[in-house]
Amino acid sequence: MRDQLEGSQAVARAVARCRPEVVSAYPISPQTHIVEALSDMVRTGELAPCEYLLVESEFAAMSAAIGASAAGARAYTATASQGLLYMAEALYNASGLGLPIVMTLANRAIGAPINIWNDHSDAMSQRDSGWIQLYAESNQAAVDLHIQAFKLAEELSLPVMVCMDGFVLTHAVEPLEIPSQEQIDAFLPAYEPRQVLDPDYPVTIGAMVGPEAFTEVRYLAHAKQMQALDLAPELAAEFATSFGRPSGGLLRRYRTEGAKTILVALGSVLGTIEDVVDELRDEGERIGALGITCFRPFPIDEVREALAGADRVVVVERAFAVGIGGIVGQNVRLALGGVPPVVYDVVAGLGGRAITRGSLRKLVEDVREGSIEPNRLHFLDMDWKLVERELQRLSETRRSGPHAENILRDVGVVAGRSH
Amino acid sequence: MAHRPVKFFQVGSFAVGNRLLAEDERSVQAGVERTNALTKGHRACQGCGEALGARYVLDAAMRATEGRLIAANATGCLEVFSTPYPESSWQVAWLHSLFGNAPAVASGIAAALKAKGRTDVRVIGQGGDGGTLDIGFACLSGMFERGDDVLYVCYDNEAYMNTGVQRSGATPPAARTATTKPVGAEPGNAFGQGKNAPLIAMAHEIPYVATATVAELHDLEAKVERAMEFHGARYLHVFVPCPLGWGAESKDTIRVARLAKETGLFPVFEAEHGEVVSVSKIRRQAPVEEYLRLQRRFAHLFGDPPRTDVIERLQAIADRNIRRFGLLDEETAA
Amino acid sequence: MNKPFAITLDVGSSLANKTGSWRTERPVYRDLLPPCNHACPAGENIQAWLYEAEAGGEGYERAWRKLMEDNPFPAVMGRICYHPCETACNRAELDTAVGINSVERFLGDEAIAQDWAVTADAAASGKRVLVVGAGPSGLSAAYHLARLGHDVTVRDAEDQAGGMMRYGIPRYRLPREILDAEVSRILSLGVTLELGVKVDDVLGAMHGEGFDAVFLAVGAHIGKRAYVPAGEAARILDAVTVLHSMEGEEQPLLGRRVAVYGGGNTAMDVARTARRLGATDAVVVYRRTRDRMPAHDFEVEEAEEEGVRMKWLSTVKRAEPGILTIERMELDETGFPQPTGELEELEADALVLALGQESDLALLGGIPGIEVSDGVVQVGPNLMTGHPGIFAGGDMVPAERTVTVAVGHGKKAARHIDAWLRAGVYEPPPKHGLAELEGLNTWYYTDAPRSLQPTLELARRSSTFEEVVGGLDETTALFEARRCLSCGNCFDCDNCFGVCPDNSVIKLEGRDREAAGRGYAFDYDFCKGCGICAAECPCGAIEMVPETV
Repeated sequence: MRDQLEGSQAVARAVARCRPEVVSAYPISPQTHIVEALSDMVRTGELAPCEYLLVESEFAAMSAAIGASAAGARAYTATASQGLLYMAEALYNASGLGLPIVMTLANRAIGAPINIWNDHSDAMSQRDSGWIQLYAESNQAAVDLHIQAFKLAEELSLPVMVCMDGFVLTHAVEPLEIPSQEQIDAFLPAYEPRQVLDPDYPVTIGAMVGPEAFTEVRYLAHAKQMQALDLAPELAAEFATSFGRPSGGLLRRYRTEGAKTILVALGSVLGTIEDVVDELRDEGERIGALGITCFRPFPIDEVREALAGADRVVVVERAFAVGIGGIVGQNVRLALGGVPPVVYDVVAGLGGRAITRGSLRKLVEDVREGSIEPNRLHFLDMDWKLVERELQRLSETRRSGPHAENILRDVGVVAGRSH
Repeated sequence: MAHRPVKFFQVGSFAVGNRLLAEDERSVQAGVERTNALTKGHRACQGCGEALGARYVLDAAMRATEGRLIAANATGCLEVFSTPYPESSWQVAWLHSLFGNAPAVASGIAAALKAKGRTDVRVIGQGGDGGTLDIGFACLSGMFERGDDVLYVCYDNEAYMNTGVQRSGATPPAARTATTKPVGAEPGNAFGQGKNAPLIAMAHEIPYVATATVAELHDLEAKVERAMEFHGARYLHVFVPCPLGWGAESKDTIRVARLAKETGLFPVFEAEHGEVVSVSKIRRQAPVEEYLRLQRRFAHLFGDPPRTDVIERLQAIADRNIRRFGLLDEETAA
Repeated sequence: MNKPFAITLDVGSSLANKTGSWRTERPVYRDLLPPCNHACPAGENIQAWLYEAEAGGEGYERAWRKLMEDNPFPAVMGRICYHPCETACNRAELDTAVGINSVERFLGDEAIAQDWAVTADAAASGKRVLVVGAGPSGLSAAYHLARLGHDVTVRDAEDQAGGMMRYGIPRYRLPREILDAEVSRILSLGVTLELGVKVDDVLGAMHGEGFDAVFLAVGAHIGKRAYVPAGEAARILDAVTVLHSMEGEEQPLLGRRVAVYGGGNTAMDVARTARRLGATDAVVVYRRTRDRMPAHDFEVEEAEEEGVRMKWLSTVKRAEPGILTIERMELDETGFPQPTGELEELEADALVLALGQESDLALLGGIPGIEVSDGVVQVGPNLMTGHPGIFAGGDMVPAERTVTVAVGHGKKAARHIDAWLRAGVYEPPPKHGLAELEGLNTWYYTDAPRSLQPTLELARRSSTFEEVVGGLDETTALFEARRCLSCGNCFDCDNCFGVCPDNSVIKLEGRDREAAGRGYAFDYDFCKGCGICAAECPCGAIEMVPETV
């Protein structure tokens, strides 16, 4: 049965039905509605047994989740943006200790300049943290991915981060189906920890490992994460059987049969991309889209197989690595090493900027026309005049002031001030 | 007062054990059945006060909880010397996560146990003074104010020893550390800095806060036992001399701890719900100089000419503690 | 549990890491000689019997038996010993010395009350030993010889056993039933006591009656006389005679005003006896000052409490009936008293001389090899005289003349006689180094001042011969015993076991403990040699020894 639900509420309900035993969270937009809802459910007893810890920071949120998970509890938290960075140290620790914590990341830009809107800078900053990263392209996907995430995490004894775009998904209200408690219970067994703090069988967890074994430990972490490439599709298949709809897995192909151009993206922008694909297909263009659901571990073989037949691959990503360029693009290029497609790397939708159908159509057109170079980083809808003015100012004046302020002045948001 | 009144057993009140006491009145450490929660083979320096303190505390906690205990440990000496792969010295369920998060990890463990209905299992968080007072302080305060069912134990050796003796928020004035060397006009650590963690803990009005030293085992064990009678957030601050970092002889670890208390520099007391309920009186008052002279970290005060002015300032700190906490009973004060 | 590699470890796995290799010094348990034991003329192992007594209950009997290994007179000693052990006691530096003497008395009295007995431990040797003199030395020797399996005969010229314990020490200090009880316990070991028999011919007795060895312990019962010009009717007595006559049918007639000449304990005994016999004025005349007086402080204090007057820096120039002429003395630079020519008179019905005693050595006549010098018999370190098989001890050999020294001689002689009879040599066990206060960590001892023994209220004690000093009750005796610091000897306080940061002290129990002879052992596989155990050992029973690698 489908209800009109806000994405956050839907995720909260789904998470609650996964029976987390400890939820520890700290408020940060745009994740707050999720944990507020969970807090309500714990307080009313709807979610029980469960302890909700009102921690003093994201660092503590993840730390408490680590403790709870190590003590054998199913642990959950949610965060975004700065909060993710603040718990960065603990993220590596959770994955290093192999603790199957599930976390919702309501994707949001990271500052400075401070910005509460959506992009993937936060998630991408922690792509190497050892966490499995799943990206939801819709709120229904977010609901379904959370249910699979607990099972994936606990099977592998690794933490899983379910990424859903802040505001775009978290605050969007739409008809959604939340599986029943019985359905979820049938799919997700009780947590059987691989290791647990138990006075009856005491162990030492978190030893110091020196050069003699550190490489091996790190390799094992890698190998373990790579197992998700097999397990995630299995769980997706099981999920489809149990819940009657496809969800999860590694990738989602959209009309890629015979496509000469394939747009690659993560998250909610895929919805817009798919609309553009439909429009262009209607117009006769051989185009498709590839959504990457599982970005970590990166399904390199599957991506290669999905894209190998295309001439052009356009990666549209909502983050980039300053000083080098696209992140998803680099990964895709790696997957396509030695096969024909030309890869275009396009940064789009930073800090909440809308990615419109029009812009995407223009992008596809530019790529088709060859008016943009494949080996350069591109920025969708960049206001180049603005940027050039600032660069000019920078070259003229040693102390030209902060870029952001100058740019805002140039676009007229703040009053001009002479230097 | 939590600990037993003095009995005129030959040495019964102050030594570890006493063959004349009934079994159940003896200290945990006197018994061969003690857990040895931190057992031999660890790599702590000779005469390590922290190793001693940790075993004292955890063994007492193990007795108080009948072995139903889980410990969360901050990064630091205690963690490093006890758990280098492939050997662990712990004999309790133990977890190390990070430097600054032990209180939060402990909170998470306690929450898990509560959710699972394992109310029989108790949780200890522990770390050094850096992990507790500095980098872990936010987590500690959070744990306190939420009242999570954790006994957090700070083993205070007054500097960052694991990284090579740098100043922490618990480093005393005038002490030499690698970052407060005895150079310049004001040698050693500055006066007027640092924080008093037990008093800050008390300000959270948590059920139980106590200080102790490795020099008074009975007092220490009684406090662990008392702490375990409460539920909610509790704090125990244990003074543990570091022979290496303080430049003291390894054999003098307990002596130095004893003098810290007997000079008044380290007040030993316990507080319930934000109020001091007992203090451990000074038995044989000693001038701070007696304490300082045993430690090379204060050697610059005894050069030529000696810094009597600095020593007087340290004595003034001790005297203030004595007044503030009433550390001398009337008989001793007379 | 399928634990993650390296990150998760088995508990206690550090036992594979033998940190003992770090050590440059190793702790070693040791036993030091406690100052009390060192000072005890009777060679008692005081620390050891206090250790047993501390347990209370059945510990008292163990303590008494430990004590009885060295001294057959606990109840007597507990009353009359001048307890040099307490003078030496390290605890005196902390608060006050342990009341060893009073605990000893408690144990002795408890033994009498409980009728505890001892037995001969060794098989009968078939050897016969004659002990001449039933005083403390002779009876002590007889006791030890009997326990060592020998057939002992004690002969004494007096009607009753005890020697100076009976004829020299007033009963207000040593009730006779106490003495009798401890003597009879010795006799119950099979010792033959022949009283009223004066031995005049030692060699004759030895060879004629088939004794394999002789122990001479005739004491010193002859009062020294000093020349005091005196009128014919002046009444001058000697202290030994006065005290001896107290044991006879008739009490000596001293008069209402009694002067005692001398400054030793015997002078005090006589003056106090005189008060009890009705003297209204008892004056001790002594030529030096109090601080130079040989009498023990407590004797002087008790005498003064009972109204005995002291006349310092005084000599008796002349005695006439009812009056003495006293010359005032002054000390010269060397502390020696010099006459001043200043005279005064002192009313006294009697003058009792308490100027020391001499031995009656007539019985030694004709024994080859025996050497007498300064009125005493010369003996070797084994207490044997120059004549093989004849040993001597107590007041008749060169030594301090106290009952305790005499008892010690008896023990020592017995051991040497035993060895001699078995054609061997007694080698005393090597003595440990002395346990000094500096070697103790006194922090661990509870502050506990000494419990004072009750004393007979003054009114009663100046007029009766009831015992002046009472005993401790059980509680206070236990308290007092537990004040012992156990200097230099482990007393199982568990401190080393507790304070080791490396858990490298093993607590031994059962057979392991018996085999080791102590309650703990070091685990040198792990001990890093930090030295905390030694520094924190309350009694100094651990030392750090450099590793020799």
